[in-house]
Amino acid sequence: MEGEAGDFKVTLTQKPRYIIEDKCTGCGTCAEYCPVQYPDPFNQEISQNKAVHIYFSQAIPLIAYIDESCLYLKEEKCRICEGVCANDAIDLQQKPEKQEINVAAVLLSPGYEPFDPATKGDYGYGRFENVVTSLDFERLLCATGPYEGEILRASDQKHPKKLAWIQCVGSRRVTPGDNSYCSSVCCTYTQKQVILTQDHDADAECTIFHNDIRSYGKDFEAYYRNTAELPGVRFIRSYTSVVGEVPDTKNVVVRYATPDEGVKEEAFDMVVLSVGLNPPVDNAQLAEQFGIALSDKGFCEALPSNPMQTCRPGVFVSGAFQGPMDIPESVFSASGAGSQCGEFLGHRRDKLTKERVYPQEKDVSQEEPRVGVFVCHCGANIGRIVDVPAVVDYALTLPNVVYAQEQLFSCATNSAQEITDMVKEKGLNRVVVAACSPRTLEPLFRDTLREAGINQYFYEMANIREHDSWVHSKEPEYATQKAKDITRMSVARACLLSPLQEIDLPVNKAALVVGGGIAGMTCALSIANQGHEVYLVEKEPQLGGMVRHIYSTLEGMDVQAYLKDLIRQVYQHQLIHVLADATITEATGYIGNFVTKVDSESGVTEIKHGAAVIATGADEYKPTEYLYKEHDQVVTQLELEEKIVEKDEALVNAQTVVMIQCVGCRNKDRDYCARVCCSHAIKNALNLKAINPEVDIYILFRDMRTYGLLEDYYREASEQDVKFVRYEPADPPQAEAVEEGGRSVVRVSVPDPILGQKLAIDADYLTLSAAVIPSAESSDVAQFFKVSLGSDGFFKEAHVKLRPVEFSAEGVYLCGMAHYPKHISETINQAYGAAGRTLTLLSHDIVTASGSVCEVDEKKCIGCGACMSACTYGAIELRDTKQGQKAVVNPVICKGDGLCNAKCPTGAIYLKHFTDEEIESQIDAAFIAEEAPPQMDAAVGDA
Amino acid sequence: MAGVSRLQYATEARLIRVMCSGRVDLEFILRAFTNGMDGVFIAGCRLGECNYITHGNYHALKLVLLCKRIMEHIGLNPERLRVEFMSSGEGILFAQVMNDFSKKVKDLGPLGKSDDIDEADVKSKLEEVTTLVPYIKMAKREKLESPLENEAEYEGFFTREEIDELFSEVVSYYIDPEKCQACMICRRRCPVEAITGGKNQIHVIDQAKCIKCGTCFEACPPRFGAVQKIAGEPVPAPIPEEKRTLTRKGKQK
Repeated sequence: MEGEAGDFKVTLTQKPRYIIEDKCTGCGTCAEYCPVQYPDPFNQEISQNKAVHIYFSQAIPLIAYIDESCLYLKEEKCRICEGVCANDAIDLQQKPEKQEINVAAVLLSPGYEPFDPATKGDYGYGRFENVVTSLDFERLLCATGPYEGEILRASDQKHPKKLAWIQCVGSRRVTPGDNSYCSSVCCTYTQKQVILTQDHDADAECTIFHNDIRSYGKDFEAYYRNTAELPGVRFIRSYTSVVGEVPDTKNVVVRYATPDEGVKEEAFDMVVLSVGLNPPVDNAQLAEQFGIALSDKGFCEALPSNPMQTCRPGVFVSGAFQGPMDIPESVFSASGAGSQCGEFLGHRRDKLTKERVYPQEKDVSQEEPRVGVFVCHCGANIGRIVDVPAVVDYALTLPNVVYAQEQLFSCATNSAQEITDMVKEKGLNRVVVAACSPRTLEPLFRDTLREAGINQYFYEMANIREHDSWVHSKEPEYATQKAKDITRMSVARACLLSPLQEIDLPVNKAALVVGGGIAGMTCALSIANQGHEVYLVEKEPQLGGMVRHIYSTLEGMDVQAYLKDLIRQVYQHQLIHVLADATITEATGYIGNFVTKVDSESGVTEIKHGAAVIATGADEYKPTEYLYKEHDQVVTQLELEEKIVEKDEALVNAQTVVMIQCVGCRNKDRDYCARVCCSHAIKNALNLKAINPEVDIYILFRDMRTYGLLEDYYREASEQDVKFVRYEPADPPQAEAVEEGGRSVVRVSVPDPILGQKLAIDADYLTLSAAVIPSAESSDVAQFFKVSLGSDGFFKEAHVKLRPVEFSAEGVYLCGMAHYPKHISETINQAYGAAGRTLTLLSHDIVTASGSVCEVDEKKCIGCGACMSACTYGAIELRDTKQGQKAVVNPVICKGDGLCNAKCPTGAIYLKHFTDEEIESQIDAAFIAEEAPPQMDAAVGDA
Repeated sequence: MAGVSRLQYATEARLIRVMCSGRVDLEFILRAFTNGMDGVFIAGCRLGECNYITHGNYHALKLVLLCKRIMEHIGLNPERLRVEFMSSGEGILFAQVMNDFSKKVKDLGPLGKSDDIDEADVKSKLEEVTTLVPYIKMAKREKLESPLENEAEYEGFFTREEIDELFSEVVSYYIDPEKCQACMICRRRCPVEAITGGKNQIHVIDQAKCIKCGTCFEACPPRFGAVQKIAGEPVPAPIPEEKRTLTRKGKQK
């Protein structure tokens, strides 16, 4: 790579696939005939693969490639694949291709490398057959894995009944070859594996040997609790080693210790090593090629104030190359880095875009319904339970069905092509895909219909996975019957569907950002830097939010200097309009066309904007426990931080400081982990030690959750003699105010599980790690923008993993602590991420609104107004006509919930795509007297 | 989440997707029972939590409260109809409810068996109520629209007496052939085309088609007053076809 930000020249070498991409259909015949067999790296080398093969079953594009194990490439022999390929798609003469591209910015997202326990030979991996890594196990669990979703032991191909997971393999250790940091994701992925294991075999006994359980992510605490409560699941806090193998059974012997029983040995059918995340293997080469720096851990060294910015301008980093992280954080950083790349691309925008052209839509209104049914195996997800061929045969007997077939993965590219082809070949005018939930894939299949020249609303999805195979997996016969019924209901509905047209709406190019903390300001700047006007609304008279009370990060960033600079940039930006001391009084409109009224020092402003970003932050919990507010030596971590910065005299002279973690969260009232408090406590402990080296610091904790690279600071605190005492929530610390020899102290007593005694510590300061709680304004803001809050009170994103900065309400985005407690670096990632998503909307001139909205049959309308009072959106009005008043719907405002339809006495107003006739056809088709079991319930609902 | 979490539950239910539980129409429930379903279950979002801003789940709740009373009125056990509110994340709850309701319905047995209604009558009674759906929607509109504050209100929101009264007061509309001027106003206004007749042909309401909306009653010019509201007594038979030609007594306009 040469050049500089805004104008890089990158030379790429593309390895040959030895397959002509346009010709390959992904049929797999070549792989069938290929004589080379070698361990499949995708399946962790547990099963065999061929030299010519498709990488994995949902690969995009779904076509074959030939790798280095090919006999021809090695010895110029064989060439069988060339002979068997019906499409002449094999080209063994392909050579690597070089190409030079000109780009403005570069984004590095090489991911991570799983830790390999074989290198050190720990835990018997590589020696004992039934010791596997978590990634091996992940493949075993998978329907497309080595045993098609069966968990089998390598030694005897039997199902393990008793499994153990060992946490922190390769992580949180300073021994050579291990990583000192925490890998962030293993605690929760292990819990997922436990749940899936019991899903495969309800009687499986699962034991997890762990250190701290770090379920710090959104919704993870409840997930942890649910896993721990499963029958047959044990969480044991102990260091462990694998000491041997039982010779005849090949069971694996694990040695561990418990406080009650001391050192024990126990044999397990299978042991899973929860391996951590290493930097990518070619990190050094990447660093050299792109001129970036690596940290001592081998991850990308980024700017403290911007975790996506490498030391080279124009080169960004996202995902686990920043450091170990989970999916939502990877997605934030990817969107965020994308937005920063966009800041370099403003002048080039739209130069390369091509409008997608669909074939002319065929008018089938005069035709009889001709329904095609495609039944998906979903690998083994459906096919293993439901008799798919039987469903296909059954579908063919249904009225109006002219074609039916099965598909391995209906969502794969070639399957979509198959549907398009069949629509044309068989003259289909309705398509039913019996597969999974419409929530995920309906848009894809609708697009398939458009490609086939049919109106997309002629598509109907029969959910035989979430509603059937997954929930009746133990009753395959009933599941097959239900799949037939569901398909029949869908076919009945499909016959009545009408073609609908979607509406194009203009997009106002400005954005409104609610909340002027780090999240809101960062997001506003990135949007404004890409040429869009931004209105930044802050409730306080000054910008900054919660960060005004934070002075440094654990990594040592000067937060106040950073904040000052950020505020300066915001005020100096010509496109950012700051409204401080402001309250939102009204918000109306919809994606691309919002109108929000803001009352601020400059009076009431009416803002028209196309997108809104919610960055309202969070508050610190004000404890009601541990004498807080009653005793001035009891403070929160934020208050302590302030005192440390001020070098408070009492603190500088303090003998003892006690910190209690998890105050106000991880309990019944707040069933979540506030994520930042453990590292906040460590930071304050280290900073306090710096100004008062003699002070004794006790941190009373449940699990220390200094995840990721923060782990080193936890170790440092421990080395500086900060004492960590674990307590159980059932027996929490107690605090009382005591005068001891003229010294006023807070006496904290806590049972020490290791010593088995009660400790009593006299503290000069008791610091409470008070939870981060949702901001008080959350529910108002949620109401204004029609978005929802989760059960924890934080804003609920559209999808926790895949769409973590968006809401299901279109045109509204989310970042910062309003989403969930998080560190400053994570907030910055997410703030840029929200800017990135906002830009994908604002860069368009129009957005398309659904065709499934309400309409009025004027003849039937009696002007009673029942529909109008049901519509909270105000989409309906009554207009005078010669025949009296009639209701009229504004389709742009209508959201398609259909309340009006249910209220209308005459059936005049109807929700398109969910008309009375369409739904009633399903009700009618649900019941077939002669076939059905004696008992049946119809369920109607949206949950 | 029940699906993604692979939670096993009773296989009997057949699910129909609506975008909001408030979309569920009284007619859908009656139709399911008429078809021979033994139970109907409606699932909506948690009360107070709405993916839209409309809180349609309260509409569903009120509809269910109303429908349960109607079921009692015709002798069906109201426990055959159930509504529950849950978030999409509450897979465990959904699975529990499905199992529980399935068992309940099995215990009740086929429709009519354990109910205060003769099995043979079930269908005809349900069909009769179905024809009255527009009337019920109009008569109870205000109540269906009004807010429902707390759980305590649910029980007495609709009373059995109120529903009995509703059915005893069913009105019919009848056009007095003596008064009808065959002006076509009511015919044009009728939303369901239940009125036949033309210029100089006395109008007649087809009672089978009529949804009792009263539009004709409102539309008939007061000086004619031909449309009559009839309650509690049989509707006179329509006049024979041959007598429908209107002989005008001279221009009165």
